[in-house]
Amino acid sequence: MPDTILELHGLDAHYGDFQALYGIDLHVTEGEVLAIIGSNGAGKTTMMRSISGLLSNRRDQIRYRGGAIGSLRADEVALKGIALVPEGRQLFPSLSVEENLLIGGQVGRQGHWDLKTLYDLFPILEERRNVPSTSLSGGQQQMVAIGRALMSNPDLILFDEISLGLAPVIIKDIYAALPGIISQGMSAVIVEQDISKALSVSSRVYCLQEGRVSLEGASDTVSREEISRAYFGID
Amino acid sequence: MDWINALVQGILLGGLYALFAAGLSLIFGVMRLVNIAHGDLIVLAAFLGLTVTTATGMHPLLALIVVVPLMAALGYALQRGLLNQTLGDDILPPLLVTFGLSVILQNGLLEIYSADPQKLNAGGLETASVPVAGLSLGVLPLLTFAIAVLVIWGLQWTFYHTPLGRSFRAVSDNQDIAQLMGINRRHVFGLAMALALGVTAIAGILLGIRTSFDPSIGGGRLIFGFEAVIIGGLGNLWGTLAGGVILGVAQTIGAKIDPGWQILAGHIVFLLILAVRPNGLFPRISA
Repeated sequence: MPDTILELHGLDAHYGDFQALYGIDLHVTEGEVLAIIGSNGAGKTTMMRSISGLLSNRRDQIRYRGGAIGSLRADEVALKGIALVPEGRQLFPSLSVEENLLIGGQVGRQGHWDLKTLYDLFPILEERRNVPSTSLSGGQQQMVAIGRALMSNPDLILFDEISLGLAPVIIKDIYAALPGIISQGMSAVIVEQDISKALSVSSRVYCLQEGRVSLEGASDTVSREEISRAYFGID
Repeated sequence: MDWINALVQGILLGGLYALFAAGLSLIFGVMRLVNIAHGDLIVLAAFLGLTVTTATGMHPLLALIVVVPLMAALGYALQRGLLNQTLGDDILPPLLVTFGLSVILQNGLLEIYSADPQKLNAGGLETASVPVAGLSLGVLPLLTFAIAVLVIWGLQWTFYHTPLGRSFRAVSDNQDIAQLMGINRRHVFGLAMALALGVTAIAGILLGIRTSFDPSIGGGRLIFGFEAVIIGGLGNLWGTLAGGVILGVAQTIGAKIDPGWQILAGHIVFLLILAVRPNGLFPRISA
């Protein structure tokens, strides 16, 4: 049985008076790829923001490698080895492609990923390294966003809706690159609207519905019926 | 020849205004903070220079090695201890707090140094001049302009060629995402304010050598700094230098027409540019 790298214990999250997450229990084991599915507004992105420290929670609601990190700031969480590829890519428009990658590496964690290994993975980025990040196509921007997260050599990487707004052929390329990324001993959490994509790359899956976990299971054994019930909440 | 002289003097004066403005431009660019106390911080630096020179007998320019780190340290402490708490989606709290700071600084300086005009004695540097192509150019204005170009070049280089500058630009683009990169924005803001007040220290000392100063003149320096920033365009440091030069030239040409028009001419040119190009001449950031 591999060790647990990340645990959520009764995670609640609020935006002002609005409660977005209700007592989420979830764990990620070392080296696995976990998929999170759920409809719009189910709380997937809120969960990613909580784990990465962009939303503050109670200390012990999030544990990483045994330590309570729920109340840490995002920069402290990043130093511990959790990286987020945010929804909508969110590159720094004032920075060139290469600077966007370098700033990911500024965390200062050593490991497999540096500019060279990254350019081997996405050769097009080396070609375009000096252009402003905003001048890239959507798919190339997504490569930069993934590369920026990898540059910090995280132990756990969170992908929030990486296929959103991209052409199907581009999504295929990005997903083709995923195994190469994750085989470097990393654990990964993938938030995805496309259920079959999510199931095909992950070993386990959680479904969120209105801020609660509505389904948990192994990706290759959950049935279509179970998923649609968990997804839409209809019996 | 008189007109050319006025033009050249104005350009050189612009160097001083660019130094007033560089710190304002930098912190607005990094954290969208409009520092109303900026002028009073310039005056504070001049008074610190006065204390250092009278206590040690140092030349005012040598006193920079004390005053610059002192102001930088003050900037970092001020940002971490006070201003960071005021930053948020609302731009009003930092405005009010720095306005309050301005009042406190003015009255504090009045209490300690009295309202008497003071001057930094640079041992003849103020009046020295060199003949250039039939014009007589002051050594101090030439030196000030050279320092301004050097400071702006240095800031520009820091912004575009160092990890710190990368952090400044990243935080300016998107604070949340920058945090995800392991950047503590509070620390980065502290460093930006330290850098800004370091530049302010240089501006204050050069101001103190050039003219007499007293605790009440901060507001005027703030206006000149603001005008240089707005004319040049927000977030563009070379634009800020250009803005300072335009303001300086407008003032000296105005004074040439009628000595009473010096300040007014600067304001009029500022308003005209604002009317024609509301984002300034070379904007980097849309307001």
